[in-house]
Amino acid sequence: MLHYDFMRTAFAAATIVAIVAGPIGYFLVLRGQTFAGHALAHVGFTGATGAILIGFSPLAGLVCLTVAAGIAMGFLGERLAQRDVAIGIILALALGLGLLFLHFFTSFATKATALLFGNVLGVDITTVWTLLVLGAVSLAALAIISRPLLFASLQPELAAAKGVPGRLLSVMFLAIVALATAECAQIVGVLLVFALMVGPAATAQRLTKSFAGGVTVAVALALGYVWLGLTLAFYTDWPTSFWLSALSAAGYFLAVLPWAHWLGQRVPIGIATSKSAVPEGLAPTDSQPVS
Amino acid sequence: MDDEGARGRGQSSAPANAVNALEFTNVTVMLAGRAVLANVSFVVGEHEFVGVLGPNGSGKTTLLRATLGMLPVSHGSIRVLGAPAVRGNPSIGYMPQVRSNVDALRLSGWDFVAVVVNGHRFGLPYLSKDGRKEVDWALDMVGARELAERPLTETSGGERQRLLLAQALIGRPKLLLLDEPLISLDPSHQRAVVQLTKALQTELRISVLFSSHELNPLLGALDRVLYLGNGHAALGTVDEVITGPVLSRLYGSPIEVVRIGTRIFVMSGEHDVERENHRHEHEHHEHHHAPL
Repeated sequence: MLHYDFMRTAFAAATIVAIVAGPIGYFLVLRGQTFAGHALAHVGFTGATGAILIGFSPLAGLVCLTVAAGIAMGFLGERLAQRDVAIGIILALALGLGLLFLHFFTSFATKATALLFGNVLGVDITTVWTLLVLGAVSLAALAIISRPLLFASLQPELAAAKGVPGRLLSVMFLAIVALATAECAQIVGVLLVFALMVGPAATAQRLTKSFAGGVTVAVALALGYVWLGLTLAFYTDWPTSFWLSALSAAGYFLAVLPWAHWLGQRVPIGIATSKSAVPEGLAPTDSQPVS
Repeated sequence: MDDEGARGRGQSSAPANAVNALEFTNVTVMLAGRAVLANVSFVVGEHEFVGVLGPNGSGKTTLLRATLGMLPVSHGSIRVLGAPAVRGNPSIGYMPQVRSNVDALRLSGWDFVAVVVNGHRFGLPYLSKDGRKEVDWALDMVGARELAERPLTETSGGERQRLLLAQALIGRPKLLLLDEPLISLDPSHQRAVVQLTKALQTELRISVLFSSHELNPLLGALDRVLYLGNGHAALGTVDEVITGPVLSRLYGSPIEVVRIGTRIFVMSGEHDVERENHRHEHEHHEHHHAPL
């Protein structure tokens, strides 16, 4: 599989994006701004198609417009960022505009599919380098603001009292999210950014109790999904984005199902001992996970 | 600002002579064109436990936020521990009433308290050995060591209250501002929070401003009462302030004070004012948070 150039490029691109998506997605989930992230990706569709129309690279258009939208969203703050209806309407408008731009462009269908659902196998080496630089910039920026951002995300009022500039952090964070969104869109397309950015992070938060652990698991899951997704896509010839969204959903639902929660708990002693009172023929044969 | 998270700043930095914890001099604070506090003056001394009482909208939260330097003062001056009120004052510990939706997080109690240590500084949320000790110390002070490993989703209302108090203690404050810590707690948990706060105030030799709808849970713990109403304030002992004439002036309507045993009821006509407030606020509270 790795004998092919396009597979090596795809693995490199997907690895970079997964490492970026993990930590940024963790904060996005923590701050309850996942829908805002989703909307930013759709705004990116307008940016990409608009860029194609006027003869620029779609990635440049994607990055510029998402970052601009992220900053605007941050400045509008709670008036917009947490309002589902306003975000939803902007999201629909962004897709509509993108469609209009593509309408004026000739090779409509292939471009649209690649932008909407991603085409990681079509990524060239130049794009990988661009992704690496953008990824390094967004992760470095997140590292700089991560401590006050974590404080402001968990205890906004106390953080404000301690002098943390909440609004500025919010703007910076959404700009970082916008960059990460533009990156993710290269792999899974604008419609499925949720699968790569939110899925692993949300799953990680269900499974961990610490910030460091949560970010680590989020990155590990994202890496696992993209590597497994690419491998499955290679052998089945089904789209990579399908496998990524399926793995992301599977991981999340395995983590939120009631029995998953139960697995993480210690078995109450009462239940463990009462089992011995069950008549022999009815006693379960599997071993009890008593810890 | 030096490393307030790591070092015990106890006696060394405190001046030898007594400094008032909080001084309001002719303070007016306007919110949305209304003077929530109008020409308010009072002085809270060292090591005092002051209950901040008053009906809804009387400015309890406004008073605390102005002390924290989070609200502009249109007139007068506020001095905290001898210095003008500024945002980010490390000598003030604060337990806000508005809380984010932390109930749904699986983050551990330890991590929840740890975010406050040097939380205003840029960089990665990595804690030094001293920082980790500070978190352990704060958890020990509120008796929440057993909550350290537990996810927030599995804590009760009273337990979460103790974690919030631990957060307020980070930085070793000399003045503790608690905004309605008794809201939506049952009477036994209310008693526990008041007793814990009193113990902290005595042991750490700090001043406490404790806002509440109800006076009775605080009786026995507080030194003086700061009663707010109609933009005005009255500070004094319970016997001085919780009287018909003083409260009638603050409420702007006839108020009667009824004592039954050790308990005190503030009545307006047929209604128990505090109880009404509390029920009101409780319902209001439920809208935003899942029942505890």
